[in-house]
Amino acid sequence: MARKENSSIRDNFSIKKITKSKGFSSFTAALMAIFLGLIFGFIIMLVANPQNAFSGFRYIVLGGLGRFGDVLYFATPILMTGLAVGFAFRMGLFNIGASGQYTMGMFFALYVGFMWDLPGATHWIVAITAGFIGGMLFGLIPGIFKALLNVNEVITSIMFNYIGMYLVDMWIQNNSAMYVSEMTRTRYLPDSVQLPALGITGSNVSLGIILASLIAIVLYIVLEKTTFGYELKATGFNKYAAKYAGMKGKRNIILTMAIAGGMAGLGGAFAILAPAEIAGSSMTYEPINIIAANGFTGIAVALLGNSHPVGIIFSATFISLIQRGGTLTSLVGYKPEIIDIVISVIIYFSAFAMIMNTSIKKFLIKKLGIKIKDEDSESADLVDENSESEEVQ
Amino acid sequence: MENYIVEMLNITKEFPGIKANDDVTLRLKEGEIHALLGENGAGKSTLMSVLFGLYQAEKGKIKKNGKEVKINNPNDANSLGIGMVHQHFKLVEVFTVLENIILGVEPNNKGFLKKEEARKKVMDLSEKYGLSIKPDALIENISVGMQQRVEILKMLYRDNEILIFDEPTAVLTPQEIEELLSIMKDMAKEGKSILFITHKLNEIMDVADRCTVLRKGKYIGTKDVKDTSKEELSKMMVGRDINFTVEKEEQKPEDIILSIRNMNIASNVQDKNAVKNLSLDVRAGEIVCLAGIDGNGQTEFVEGLTGLEKIESGTITLCGEDISKASIRQRSIAGMSHIPEDRHKYGLVLDYTLEQNMVLQRYWQPKFQKNGFIKFDEVREYAEDLIEKFDVRSSQGPVSKARSMSGGNQQKAILAREIDKEHELLVAVQPTRGLDVGAIEYIHEQLVERRDAGKAVLLVSLELEEVMNVSDRILVIYEGEIVGELNPKEINVQELGLYMSGAKRDSEKEKDNG
Repeated sequence: MARKENSSIRDNFSIKKITKSKGFSSFTAALMAIFLGLIFGFIIMLVANPQNAFSGFRYIVLGGLGRFGDVLYFATPILMTGLAVGFAFRMGLFNIGASGQYTMGMFFALYVGFMWDLPGATHWIVAITAGFIGGMLFGLIPGIFKALLNVNEVITSIMFNYIGMYLVDMWIQNNSAMYVSEMTRTRYLPDSVQLPALGITGSNVSLGIILASLIAIVLYIVLEKTTFGYELKATGFNKYAAKYAGMKGKRNIILTMAIAGGMAGLGGAFAILAPAEIAGSSMTYEPINIIAANGFTGIAVALLGNSHPVGIIFSATFISLIQRGGTLTSLVGYKPEIIDIVISVIIYFSAFAMIMNTSIKKFLIKKLGIKIKDEDSESADLVDENSESEEVQ
Repeated sequence: MENYIVEMLNITKEFPGIKANDDVTLRLKEGEIHALLGENGAGKSTLMSVLFGLYQAEKGKIKKNGKEVKINNPNDANSLGIGMVHQHFKLVEVFTVLENIILGVEPNNKGFLKKEEARKKVMDLSEKYGLSIKPDALIENISVGMQQRVEILKMLYRDNEILIFDEPTAVLTPQEIEELLSIMKDMAKEGKSILFITHKLNEIMDVADRCTVLRKGKYIGTKDVKDTSKEELSKMMVGRDINFTVEKEEQKPEDIILSIRNMNIASNVQDKNAVKNLSLDVRAGEIVCLAGIDGNGQTEFVEGLTGLEKIESGTITLCGEDISKASIRQRSIAGMSHIPEDRHKYGLVLDYTLEQNMVLQRYWQPKFQKNGFIKFDEVREYAEDLIEKFDVRSSQGPVSKARSMSGGNQQKAILAREIDKEHELLVAVQPTRGLDVGAIEYIHEQLVERRDAGKAVLLVSLELEEVMNVSDRILVIYEGEIVGELNPKEINVQELGLYMSGAKRDSEKEKDNG
């Protein structure tokens, strides 16, 4: 029986009643993380270059707004990789392999784009479906290893990041229909396979962001309204109880990893199939042995969005916004890497944000004397809860 | 003027919205065993946490040997000679017994450990108080009983003279309990003063000199144990009369519901099988109790029976259907309900709401889902129905988090779920562990009610009293084998104890099974 009694009682009596819902408190937690992260980022900018810190900071926060189409364009792939990480995380799986799944999805989409000749809109529809399948395969394999052989998914999926990247680079370099060796990049994709643009001038934003947001909402429905979501979250919270209730743990692990991989694969497809601003060109992929950064940014997106699909829509947009803003800071002499530091700090704080949320509430309770009355009998019941719950942690 | 070693006077400790202790006074005499009795949530642990420095009281004072002291943290408590064995042990699993005992007060020479010195002191103490331990075993490899002895040695090693035991017997087997109680008596004889938190009346009658009773945070009274009775104490604790004997009609056993033949299950800790050639039958309308000392294969047996682990060989037949290789879900559909031993690990998803937990076994049934979409209205209605029927109390009804509920109500929720589900066999594993008398009474009534409704009940229990009171037939398990089939009306606790410790066995029964 420890100090925890204190906080657990507060959980029961105050926090919920002040903020009502869990959604609200994770939202405020994310806001606080962002706020502290930005302050810290500002301090770093002050240290690096005091004269321009203020204008640089303005660029970070507001710079992206001027080119919101671009923000959405860059948000699309990290929204999908964010879903890939967040969805698996709800089941207690840490899918660190979004990069490999993303790259694989991109390759599958490229392959359909170059090698298959399909009429009109069917071309891009088939290509993104292929992207989904490519990513799914690369999520499926770590899932199978985890479910059947109990190999930690973190290890497998990290290795599959490399396997995926080198495989794709090799396949592309060996395929002259896809690869221009003197440019070290893929050829331009045909128009028919590029996603329909949304018509915002000066940006590549396409149907992808709308599809990605819809998919996020579908995942939200799957998680919250279906028996599969019920099983998935139950397994994430307590895999023993899930087993006791007769849920098919192995099947669910494989399925979850496959869906997560598919999300990242779609992200790769959306990124590579985005329409070009200049007619006759397209996005290209450079097989230069670099692991896709969008996969790792997905981890940050998922964390900031608290693994909630709808939260991930917002966190992806926000991270994209400050990334865009960050590139503008070079106008006042900052290296764009500064923004990576700020993002890292935000993520760092988001891990603490829940705790900080609680402590601020404690502070409020203490200082303002907020007290909530409850029936005695109930209160008594709730006190001893902590003695039992400790076991679990 | 009596000689009190510790006095806690008029202690009031408030948490937001609740007075956990309201003007409570507790006086501990030197060399006595003083029991602190109360239901779950009565404020016993809070009071002890105040004494141990984990909390500071808003009102009241603490005196040691007549002098007022301030205890701000456990280190203060320690230097005043106050030690505590927590209900959930605070041990480092990957350290050895010896390392755990000396942790924090390691004897050293300029930073180099002097383990031999420590070992000698520990072994001396262990001998003096009859606390047998293996100093070099890792904590994760020793039994719960030995872990507790390690906790006790930790206090003795620090020369504490006031020892607080927070529900020390909750996790022990009957034999271990007996041992612990006699160790406590010895320590009191040696001049240690003991505060003993419990809600088990028999233990108080056995060892305590005096007993203080709390109810809902309030001080009810202090009694000399020799001048009081179990009935009086329980009335003080609960505020009403408690029925200790379970009332039940004559049983009318009918068809065999569960039949197990020659079940073998591998052990996960040793090479030998944990369950050996076990056969048993349970009929409709009877409560069969599988009694035994903890660690004699009960856990493995239940895992094999319910499908959590595979069995090596043998057959399990439920209502005429062979379920030896069936999945957990198939067994559940075939008519098995299971109240698991560990309600937090298996029985509940603590971060789910009460209503989500209520449908944990049934969410997939057409009543609660359509095309994979959960029917939330049905779930809510069903949960509200069960909550009312089984009187499950929580702060926010169906949407309370399971984690926020008291142990008794968590168990009621599991019981409600498992009883309300279609079933022919109810497997209840230590269903009353850690609960207070009121809740125990309720659970026992429900088990008997199941029996009377013509269901088969298989109760796995370590509590002798429960075994004797509730069951219609007792099967004793020892080292993975059934060593005796007994009628609770014809035997006494001592004889049952002999079977459980392996000192006696039914030879005929053995032949039957073979």
